[in-house]
Amino acid sequence: MRDFDYIRPATIPDAIAAAAEPGSAYLAGGTNLLDLMKGGITSPERIVDISRLPELNRIERLEDGGLRIGALVRNADLAHDAAFAKAYPMVAEALLSGASAQLRNAATVGGNLLQRTRCSYFYDTASACNKRVSGAGCAALGGENRLHAVLGWSDACIATHPSDFCVPLVALDAVVEIEGKQGRRHVTLAEFHLLPGETPQRENALEPGDLIVAVRLPAEAASFAANARYLKVRERTSYAFAVVSAAAALVVDGGKIRAARLALGGVAAKPWRARTAEAVLLGADANEATFASAADAALADASPSGDNAFKIELARRIVVRALTSAQAGTPERLPALPASPFSSIPGARHDA
Amino acid sequence: MTSLPITLTINGHRHELEVDPRVTLLDLLRERLDLTGTKKGCDRGQCGACTVLVDGKRINSCLALAVSHDGADVLTIEGVAHGEELHPVQAAFIAHDGFQCGFCTPGQIMSTLGLIAEGQAGDDPERIREGLSGNICRCAAYGGIVEAVLEAQEQLAKADRRTAA
Repeated sequence: MRDFDYIRPATIPDAIAAAAEPGSAYLAGGTNLLDLMKGGITSPERIVDISRLPELNRIERLEDGGLRIGALVRNADLAHDAAFAKAYPMVAEALLSGASAQLRNAATVGGNLLQRTRCSYFYDTASACNKRVSGAGCAALGGENRLHAVLGWSDACIATHPSDFCVPLVALDAVVEIEGKQGRRHVTLAEFHLLPGETPQRENALEPGDLIVAVRLPAEAASFAANARYLKVRERTSYAFAVVSAAAALVVDGGKIRAARLALGGVAAKPWRARTAEAVLLGADANEATFASAADAALADASPSGDNAFKIELARRIVVRALTSAQAGTPERLPALPASPFSSIPGARHDA
Repeated sequence: MTSLPITLTINGHRHELEVDPRVTLLDLLRERLDLTGTKKGCDRGQCGACTVLVDGKRINSCLALAVSHDGADVLTIEGVAHGEELHPVQAAFIAHDGFQCGFCTPGQIMSTLGLIAEGQAGDDPERIREGLSGNICRCAAYGGIVEAVLEAQEQLAKADRRTAA
């Protein structure tokens, strides 16, 4: 690991001023940053440790019925907050399907939004990567790319965003609260992450020094609690990133879909909100034909970026499965294997 | 960068130390304090061999800067037994042949202590497997570990009932 200056500012303005200097990086849980530093993928000259900044580790209910989650709340603490899991079950399920218990105890809400891609060429400093070194080329194109993007990719970058947490969040219209040199501002999560285009090194809406201070869920997000699921297929049963995942939430009344939310993970450089599919669902009968049409709409613009055409069909099926599971009802208790389509919910066992 | 002063309580003992900011909690334990029970496996947060409890919660000490944990209370495998008397989790690992080699076992035991403290697994083997999935070893013994966790939980619950009575 390269040498760096370590500072632990006492206030948010001090943190922002320090991190606005070139070569700076914020440190919170450290689970992704230290991994990247050990691999030589990133070598900050200055670490600004924000892990003890006051008032960023609270979960607050807002007067308008929304929820404000401080950026330093640990993933495990949020997922195991009983009131949170009851109101936003698919978010808790996504959180618990990500990483391991040790990592979830350290990783933070703000850091989760900023975790870097798991593209193996990004991680291999001997490979060309436009995200790591602007203009270097992309070794993933034409490389081992069966797990790469099928939506929103460009010839400059075909990497995917690895977060589980962000997928239900984007479906529920989450908003990122950011403090910077110009004060505080709100950016929707849908607009927070950027598609690669010609500038894959730029991954989000943050400017130098900008600090994520909270993530907000609007009041309406809790209205989906009864019919919401997050499903994730991965290459082993547990502790793996998504090959494809889907967050599906419905409000069904008299067999008709009154409200619908759908987002996909593992398919693009950002958590992918499937608005055209939501339009198909809205007002339609809640049945398998509707769900299949919605899945077709969600993947209509998909194209393989390499050996990954299978992900398009896989994503279609996971969308149908997630919508079917959501319609069946949110499980009363989180499954033993969160987000697994094979977990021991009656009727969903792989060995039954 | 010059060294920075930190204070850590490790297995009940207070340590005042000067550390290079690059030093991880794992390397500090092993290289400076000779607490070599905590193992360096992958060093990237994937295998769980470096699991310790920090302020009662299990984390991967390989992905934790020591300076960032100034003031923390750390429990390592060396602090689990009471003198010669094994902790019920350690005894259950022996009774149920839950031992992998010495490399992965300390992390498995620390992770089990964290799992039980979190209270999320209960007596459901599937939840125990998922709860310990951050500890990966190719030597197997996983089946024995699940049995050991079930028994240790029972022993600890009995001990709690005795204390309450």
